Amino acid sequence: MWDYTDKVRDHFLNPRNAGPMDDPTVVGEVGSLACGDALKLFLKIDDTGRITDATFQTFGCASAIASSSVLTELLKGKTVDEAAAITNKEIAMELGGLPREKMHCSVMGQEALESALKRFRGELEPLVKPEGEIVCKCFGVTDVQIRRAITENDLTTVEEITDYTKAGGGCGECVLDLERILAETRGTEPAKPKPAAPKRKLTNLQRMQLVTKVIDEEIRPSLKKDRGDIELLDIEGAKVLVSMRGACSGCPSSQLTIKELVQRRLRDAVDPDIIVEEVRS
Amino acid sequence: MTVIYLDNNATTRVAPEVLEAMLPFLREAYGNASSMHGFGGNVGKFISEARERTAQGLGCSPEEIIFTSCGTESDNTAIFSAVRSQPEKRHVVTTRVEHPAVLNVASHLEIAGYEVTHLKVDELGRLDVQELEDSLRPDTALVSIMHANNENGVIFPLERIAEIVKSRGILLHTDAVQTVGKLPIDLQKLAVDFLALSAHKVHGPKGMGALFVRRGVPFRPFMLGGHQEKGRRAGTENVAGIVALGKAMEMAAAGIDEENSRVKALRDRLEQGIMDTVPDVRRNGDPESRLPNTTSLAFKYIEGESILLMLDQHGICASSGSACTSGSLEPSHVLRAMGVPFTFAHGSIRFSLSRYTTDEEIDLVLRELPGIVSRLRAMSPFTGNDETAAGCAC
Repeated sequence: MWDYTDKVRDHFLNPRNAGPMDDPTVVGEVGSLACGDALKLFLKIDDTGRITDATFQTFGCASAIASSSVLTELLKGKTVDEAAAITNKEIAMELGGLPREKMHCSVMGQEALESALKRFRGELEPLVKPEGEIVCKCFGVTDVQIRRAITENDLTTVEEITDYTKAGGGCGECVLDLERILAETRGTEPAKPKPAAPKRKLTNLQRMQLVTKVIDEEIRPSLKKDRGDIELLDIEGAKVLVSMRGACSGCPSSQLTIKELVQRRLRDAVDPDIIVEEVRS
Repeated sequence: MTVIYLDNNATTRVAPEVLEAMLPFLREAYGNASSMHGFGGNVGKFISEARERTAQGLGCSPEEIIFTSCGTESDNTAIFSAVRSQPEKRHVVTTRVEHPAVLNVASHLEIAGYEVTHLKVDELGRLDVQELEDSLRPDTALVSIMHANNENGVIFPLERIAEIVKSRGILLHTDAVQTVGKLPIDLQKLAVDFLALSAHKVHGPKGMGALFVRRGVPFRPFMLGGHQEKGRRAGTENVAGIVALGKAMEMAAAGIDEENSRVKALRDRLEQGIMDTVPDVRRNGDPESRLPNTTSLAFKYIEGESILLMLDQHGICASSGSACTSGSLEPSHVLRAMGVPFTFAHGSIRFSLSRYTTDEEIDLVLRELPGIVSRLRAMSPFTGNDETAAGCAC
C-alpha cells in the first residue's frame, strides 16, 4: 500500500471542487484512458485576469485525484500570471509530498494548468498535436515534457524520469532515448561502456598459459563454491573452448556463467577479443 | 472497524485450528528434527504425519511430497529440476498469464539459451488446447501451466492438457497454488509430474509450501545442503509450518464440495448484486470454468486504486489488477493478455472469498460499492463519453 500523507488521503476522500463546471472560461486537458491518468481542469477567469473558480474531473488513482483537488484550491483567487508560475513541485508540497512513483500525478496537474492557460491566451487550439516528439509510445510522453521534468525537478536518473512523467514505465523500449535526453538536458555525456582493455600482443603460448592460469586460479574456485567446475578443452586463436562440469553441467544458467563470468573475466585479464564457447559432451 | 477480508487469493487468515496445531512447535517442542537426541528427533513423527495429511489431500503418496518454503520455491524447483534433468532438451512451454514465480523463471531460461513458447489466452482468459498441442516439440523439456489463474480465477483444463502432454512423453508442471483447497485434486487421476502449492492460500501460515513430484520422475534438487527431505530439499525443517500445512490440508479436504457450494453462492450473489446495481461493469474471465471463490470485475471509466482505497474506508479488503496499485504503470499482464480494453482494465477489482466469508459481509459490500463507483464516476472526465475515452493520444 502506498504511504500517502494525511493531506493526500483527505483530498482524495473529500475532494474539493470536483466535477465539471457550467460555462467555464477555459478548459485544460491532459492524459488518456490508455495512459491510466487523465485530468480535465475547468477555470473561470474574470475580466481582470483573475481565476474566480476552478473545478476538475480526474481519471486516476488517489494521488491523481488529490493533486487535482489541491491544484484547484491553489488556483482560486490567483491571477493568470500567478497561476502560470505554479509547478508540480508546489502541488506535491501542498499535499505534504507524494510517493516518488506518484510524482507524475503532480506533473499532470501542472500540464493541465498549462493547457488551460495556453488556451486562454489563444496559443493552443483544441486537439492540437502535443508539442515535441513522442518518445514514450506507451504513455505518449514527448521529449519536451521529459526535458522540462528533468530541468524543473533536477532529475538525475531514468528511474526518476519514469516517476515524474511515466515515460519508460511501459515496454521500456525508450529507455536508451531517455538516457540520451537526460544526458543532453543535464549537459553530460551519456554513460558509455567502459573502454575495452588495451589489446595485448600475446603469442599463442602466452595466451594459452594466461587463459589456463585465470581459469585455474580465479574461475574454477568460484564455480567450485557452487559444486560446479569447468574444463579447458582447447584454444583456437581467440576462441576458447570449454566444457562445464559438476553442478554446472546441464545447469540452465550455464550460458550465463560462460558469458558473464568466464568470458568477461578472460576478456579483462587476457584478451578483449576472446570468445568462450561451450562444447557439450 | 471490522475487517471484511475479500482478498483471499492474496493470502488467507490462519485457521484457529491450524494455529493451535503449530504453536507447540514454536514454544516447547522447538528441537531440530535432524538431531540425534530425542528432544529434537521426536518431532520427526509430526513431520511424517503432516506429510501424510498433505498427501491425502492430493491423492498421492507421502513419499511424493517435498516440503518447501513457499509456492514460488516449489515452482522454481519443479522447473529447474525438469530442465536440468534433460539438458539435451532446450524448449519450454508455458502461458502468458502465469504467476511471476513461473514467468520470471521462463525469462531466466530464455536468457540462458532456452526457447520458451508462451501460450495465448482468449478474451475470457481461456487457453487454446490446440495451440498447446501444436507447440510441443521433440526437444520440449517441460510444459508449465497453472491450474487456475490467481487474478480472474479461470481454471485451465488440466486433465485434457495432461493427456496431450503425457502422450508425448513430456514433463508437466502445474502451479496449483490457487486450486489446492478450492478444487478437489486427485493426483492418481490428474497426470501431472509436478504440482506446487502454498500453505498461506489454504488458511495455513506464510513461508510454507510443498511440491508434489511424481514417483519415477527424474529430480534435481534446487536447494543443496543437508540431507533433509531425503536430500531433495536441504535446510532445517520448518516443523511448525509443516505441521500447520498438514492441518490446513486436512481441513481443506474435509467437506470441500459443500464449502465450495456455499462460497460459490456468496460469490455469485456478490457478483450479480454488483452487476444489477452498477452500470458499465464487465466480468473478467470465463463465467463457466473458474474458481468458486473468485470474481474479477472491471468498472468502466474509473481506476482501481481509487476504488480500493474507498472500499478500505469501510474495512473492505480487495485487490486490483490496475496499474497504480502494483507500482508498475500498466494494467496486469493477465488483463493485457486477455485483451481487456483500457476503458475497463484500469478499473478492475478482484474479490476473492474464503470459508470465513459471511452473508453479512457480502451485504456490506453490496451496500457500499455502488456509491463508491458513483462518486468516482462523477469525478471522471470519461463518464458517459465513450468518444472521449476512445480518443487516446498514446
